[in-house]
Amino acid sequence: MNAFILLEIYVFVLACFAGFQLISKVPPTLHTPLMSGSNAISGITILGAMYVAKVSAEAPFGASTIFGMLACALAMINVVGGFAVTERMMRMFKKKD
Amino acid sequence: MNLLTATMQLKWNESLAEFGFIASVIMFMLAIMRMSKVKTARSGNWLAAGAMALAVISQFVEEGQINPVFIIVGIVAGSAIGAYLAWRVQMTQMPEMVALLNGFGGLASMFVGLASYFQFIETGARGTLASLPAVGAFTGVNLMLTVIVGGLTFTGSVIAFLKLSEKIRGVPILLPARHAINVALGLLALGFSALAVWAVSNSVLGVLLLVLVGLLALAMGVTLVLAIGGGDMPVVISLLNSYSGIAGALAGFTIHSPVLIVSGSLVGASGIILTMIMCKAMNRSLANVMFGGFGAAETGEKKKDEYKNVKSCDVEEAALVLADAQSCIVVPGYGMAVAQAQHAVRELSDQLAKRGCTVRYAVHPVAGRMPGHMNVLLAEANVPYDQLFEMDAINSDFKNTDVAIVIGANDVVNPAAKDNKASPLYGMPVLNVEEARSVFVIKRSLGAGFAGVKNELFEKDNVRMLYADGRKACEDLIKALKEA
Repeated sequence: MNAFILLEIYVFVLACFAGFQLISKVPPTLHTPLMSGSNAISGITILGAMYVAKVSAEAPFGASTIFGMLACALAMINVVGGFAVTERMMRMFKKKD
Repeated sequence: MNLLTATMQLKWNESLAEFGFIASVIMFMLAIMRMSKVKTARSGNWLAAGAMALAVISQFVEEGQINPVFIIVGIVAGSAIGAYLAWRVQMTQMPEMVALLNGFGGLASMFVGLASYFQFIETGARGTLASLPAVGAFTGVNLMLTVIVGGLTFTGSVIAFLKLSEKIRGVPILLPARHAINVALGLLALGFSALAVWAVSNSVLGVLLLVLVGLLALAMGVTLVLAIGGGDMPVVISLLNSYSGIAGALAGFTIHSPVLIVSGSLVGASGIILTMIMCKAMNRSLANVMFGGFGAAETGEKKKDEYKNVKSCDVEEAALVLADAQSCIVVPGYGMAVAQAQHAVRELSDQLAKRGCTVRYAVHPVAGRMPGHMNVLLAEANVPYDQLFEMDAINSDFKNTDVAIVIGANDVVNPAAKDNKASPLYGMPVLNVEEARSVFVIKRSLGAGFAGVKNELFEKDNVRMLYADGRKACEDLIKALKEA
């Protein structure tokens, strides 16, 4: 067993617990914005897309670059679209003055 | 950071990037915390967007000297499309929009998996798969799981999108032997995945297996979500949201990036929580929602339940009762979304408020087609959110209320869920509308709701059916009230 993999699994387990704890009680008003906001965060896969889309001495141009570029575009649709629709929804929630 | 290189001294740019990643992880956590409270939710969203920007910049810093053309083209194109979609979408189309965006996230993760596989082939012996056997197998397994989870998230979300936008029918489409098909697809995908990892040095066979796994994953997403009815979409959307987070975390394992693992699993876990909230609101298990084919009775033999003693009324009668009401509770449902009646409903309650009637809204957790659907629609129509009440907060008040107006809701107000053990809805928490002094149900016809179950509410003595389109009915009521 490789020590780094073990470390990654620790990180994963702890992050899952953190995820459960961070959202203890969500009011129903926020179910949709929370979902679309966290949906935008799942576009974090953009980092993986950048990693595979780069061209450098170690990573020559190839099929990986093309798929990486497509992944960059798809992830950014998710990120920008997700945060923008969430902002639009949040703007509507207001109290009666 | 690539943890595999952690024994080596990091270059200055890599160290700098690490601090950026750590900061962005902290910001993501704070953002999710803020997003679960109404007051701080909007700033939470901006904080998350900032964290994302910081993570992307840090990734650029870490990569150092590369040719970033392809990355930049992808990012610019994707951002433009995302901004356009978000700017154009109507508030009423929000459920399907969220599903679609989620699908793109899943497909992105799938492509990261595919690209990583190609990268292993292209870089040959320099790839981690060949040089480090133990790490190679682990990375390989995660890579294939990224493809599988990303792929089924994509097609699952697309099917959900099509059902929500009513481009295909919302009723469950049940293939014969669908459980066997799903199990077979899953096992085949896993089996071919193992072979693909093993065959990475043989590029032709490897790519062939990779494509096969991808196709199986895409097929799985279709068969799984086709079998789920439109009314169960709140559960499905939050579950798919969770999947796209998990796909991101798996991609993080594949390229050994802790920030991806953390953010992906944060989304995965929070999506699961929403999923559980939705299931609890229907008193059904996740397995029942996913595999039960609930609501399929509608398509089967058209067994019409006989309604007896249903009393209908016209707009004038309803307006007369409303004119004298001191208190009123509006119960919205999916039908309000379909009729786009939320603005008319708001105007109606304004009119009632002018006459000294207190108006409140009772929102069932699974009313509509996504978590919080009614809240978004009513917010769009400028209903203040402190007039919206959760089921538990308002359910005991129906008995002290003059009038309850049910607009487009059906199963969530069916008293059979409380007292008819034979009903498929039995056990689901419902709103006690029948306890109000009088109840008006605005509905186009006496048809069954999503669950295909007869609604015993319609036969109660204090209930009047107002057969009309939701929006038209509200507008007519406003007119009649003004004259009264």
